[in-house]
Amino acid sequence: MIRFEGVQRQYGSVRALAGLDLEINDGELVALLGPSGCGKTTALRILGGFDHPTAGRLLVDGKDITGVPANKRDMGMVFQAYSLFPNMDVRNNVAFGLRIRREDRATRLKHADDLLELVGLVEHADRYPHQLSGGQQQRVAIARALAIEPKVLLLDEPLSALDARVRAQLRVEIRNLQQRLGITTLFVTHDQSEALSMADRVGVMYAGRLEQLDTPENVYRKPATQFVAEFVGAMNRLPGRVGDAGEVQVLGQRLNMLNPEGRGPGAAVDALLRPEAVSVVRDSAGAGEITQRTFLGASVRLEVTLDGGQRVLVEASSHDAGVTVGSRVGLKILAEAVVVADPGTVAAPEAVPAVV
Amino acid sequence: MGGAWLGMAPFTVYVLIFLGLPLYEVIHGAFTSDADQLTLHNFSTIFSSSEYWIPLKNSLILSAWTAGLGAVLGTWLAAAVVATPHGSMLRRVVSSASGVLAYFGGVALAFMLIAAYGRPPGGVLTTWLKDIGIDLYAQGFNISSLFGVGIAYVFFQVPLMVILITPALEGLRPQWQEAAESLGASKLEYARHVAVPVMTPPFLGALLVLFGNAFAAYATVLALVGVTVPLVPAAIEAAINGNVLVNQDRIAFALGVEMILVVSIVMVFYWMVQRRARRWLQ
Amino acid sequence: MSAVGGGPGPGLLAGAALIEEIEEAGAPRPPRRGRQRPKAWRVLILVVAFLFYLIPFAAAVKYSLIQPDGSFGFDNYSQIISNSDVRSSLYTSLEISAISAVAVIAVMLPTVVLVRLRLPKLTLMLEGVTILPLVVPPIVIAAGLAHLQGSAPEWLVRLWFNHPLTGLTPTYVVLAMPFTYRALDTGVRAIDLRTLVDASRSLGASWFTTMVRVILPNVETAVLGAVFLTIAICMGEVVLSSIMLYNGVLPVEMIQIGAQSPGISVAISVLGLVFVFLLLFSLSFIAGRRRGSTSVRVI
Repeated sequence: MIRFEGVQRQYGSVRALAGLDLEINDGELVALLGPSGCGKTTALRILGGFDHPTAGRLLVDGKDITGVPANKRDMGMVFQAYSLFPNMDVRNNVAFGLRIRREDRATRLKHADDLLELVGLVEHADRYPHQLSGGQQQRVAIARALAIEPKVLLLDEPLSALDARVRAQLRVEIRNLQQRLGITTLFVTHDQSEALSMADRVGVMYAGRLEQLDTPENVYRKPATQFVAEFVGAMNRLPGRVGDAGEVQVLGQRLNMLNPEGRGPGAAVDALLRPEAVSVVRDSAGAGEITQRTFLGASVRLEVTLDGGQRVLVEASSHDAGVTVGSRVGLKILAEAVVVADPGTVAAPEAVPAVV
Repeated sequence: MGGAWLGMAPFTVYVLIFLGLPLYEVIHGAFTSDADQLTLHNFSTIFSSSEYWIPLKNSLILSAWTAGLGAVLGTWLAAAVVATPHGSMLRRVVSSASGVLAYFGGVALAFMLIAAYGRPPGGVLTTWLKDIGIDLYAQGFNISSLFGVGIAYVFFQVPLMVILITPALEGLRPQWQEAAESLGASKLEYARHVAVPVMTPPFLGALLVLFGNAFAAYATVLALVGVTVPLVPAAIEAAINGNVLVNQDRIAFALGVEMILVVSIVMVFYWMVQRRARRWLQ
Repeated sequence: MSAVGGGPGPGLLAGAALIEEIEEAGAPRPPRRGRQRPKAWRVLILVVAFLFYLIPFAAAVKYSLIQPDGSFGFDNYSQIISNSDVRSSLYTSLEISAISAVAVIAVMLPTVVLVRLRLPKLTLMLEGVTILPLVVPPIVIAAGLAHLQGSAPEWLVRLWFNHPLTGLTPTYVVLAMPFTYRALDTGVRAIDLRTLVDASRSLGASWFTTMVRVILPNVETAVLGAVFLTIAICMGEVVLSSIMLYNGVLPVEMIQIGAQSPGISVAISVLGLVFVFLLLFSLSFIAGRRRGSTSVRVI
């Protein structure tokens, strides 16, 4: 089990990590998700030993490894790009870690071939990195990292430099491999769909802080902070008012508040609602009008403009979206509870302790 | 399309006249006798007489050691500079200074060295050293000698190496070292298995360039010593403007062809090494 | 280049590498990770190099300030203008440099653009030809020219070889060609030439206008670098001028005076080194400004 305890990283006046507390369980894949500069890569590099914290500790199975140099940490690392050694062919790249561990030539080359088999590249074993495509190179990088049978696998945005189709394919392959081998993994990405589809738990980060750490479903459906709510997926901000019984009135409906702290009756708030939590109903006396319709294949995204000028994004499946631009519709909120924010504010992160 | 070919005319004509003509003179002259017949006599002369063997030997040895020293020191210096960020003052100063010396060197460099290391009381540094008891000239040192020329060459070989090897050093991606470390390698093991093999072709290539550079150089020699030094370019000048024997032009041309040959061989090796390097560092 | 301090190879490769280095010096950089503590081996070589180069330079400066009567002063420097031989050779060299620089750009830039746009198959040949002045050491070219000088008909000698301006400039252009080609080629490759030219032509501009107003500004750094290095080559070129017995150019004059009044020669050298250094130094800042905000980050 891996634990970050109060890990901080400061570069002069820049605070890359502001007290990170995080636990990764054995065999789990945790994805760190966030915009550039949020500290996710810093956290990964600190774990790998390529950066050192200015405060806090790192523990692996109870042992403090904060001072242990990178080459003694028994962690496999896969970088975003360019990490294969250009002067060695694929097989020798994969066998490199074994060579350092003084495995004899025949054994380590056999080992390498086995791993290449695992990632489906054994026919390319004699090729050189510059002869492979981006996706192939990353597969080799993964095989190389796994060759030393590390305790932990670290992946630093491994798919970001690849094109969309390869990315989607590799995503599944990596997850399957990880589950098959049961290897504890920390995966850093700025791509939500990657994080949500691959991880056992997702840690959303912003400005050096962990905003929320929870299963993908919970992060999506029950965002803990405004930032998480608005960063993950699309989000509507609908004006509402807090009622007497601690609920909020939005679009004529009553909803429970997921974060009622400090909001008394009568307070004006913005309710944060996902497009798929709202549906439209044909209604000639309805509250709004369809002003835009975007066909996305499996779904249709509608923009409904209310009479007050407010715009609402609605996601409907292609089946139900028979409405056309210009039709009058009514809106129905499908959710029962909602996260609220102060009206008109941009998401300012509220410090939230790590949800374990 | 005709217009495009016509557009090449200025360049082509220019090169034919101002490069082709002198070149033709040299090659034609080297292979013909005074009676205008094809002969290899000129070459047999320069390869058999010690008068021409010695300058060749000197030129080759001088080029070799100044290239070697320049390559090693230059790489060391470049490695130290590469670690600093691009816009830093140190970086700018080093790259500008390298450009000045590698390029503009020659005469200005020679005079700078004469001013510093000339025979006392002329040379500022040698005079100072003599005053504190170290008389270099009494020990046989002389800046206006073959060795002095070598010292001068090192002065511009080092910056030249810095210019040539810096791109290769920067091509060493930090991910390689980090990947190696994550796989358990120490810094030394990384150097041995990755950095050195990757750097070897560019290093050799640059070394060859330094060699060719020194071999063909002459400006510094002229400013520092003059025509009397036993090096091939000086031998060529002596043959052309010769006071001793008139009409030595053909010898000069043969020596010229000899120089072209040496440099061509160096360039061929260079091209071979570059091909290997380019393949790896896509 | 070969004519100045070094030989063949450097001109081409060093020049291009230098241009790239200068451009990079100004480019915006991604934030660095982690601090790097200065290590002993790095500090050592930097200190040694610093001393190795600066001490003789300082000595040369001191030397240049020693006047013929033994006192300290700027006499050697003022002599550059007051001594008629020195002054005239300086002007001649400057003239030659300026004309060569313009000529080499005028010949090479259109050629490079032409090959890139219309005759890409000629690229290899162009590269091969521009390598020649490197493979053939200047001393050898000089030998050929000197022979021509001695054996050419009267009218040709009068036209070509009589004055250093006509005798040296054309060959200097050839000497500068390899480096200029490389620099311009790099500059042209860095921009989307095809699109710029198509856009310009579609808006009705002539070839000349396109070249001068569209292409030239976009390869500014490369051209500046090429011009600058051509000037450096010409100002320092002594092999050709010495073999062909032209005494009226600066470097040859420096050597001649060097026998009696070395102070002046040293003064000129000091000025030359400082000037060239400042030129390159400022070039690195200009290059930076041009890069500006148009860089694309991948990470």
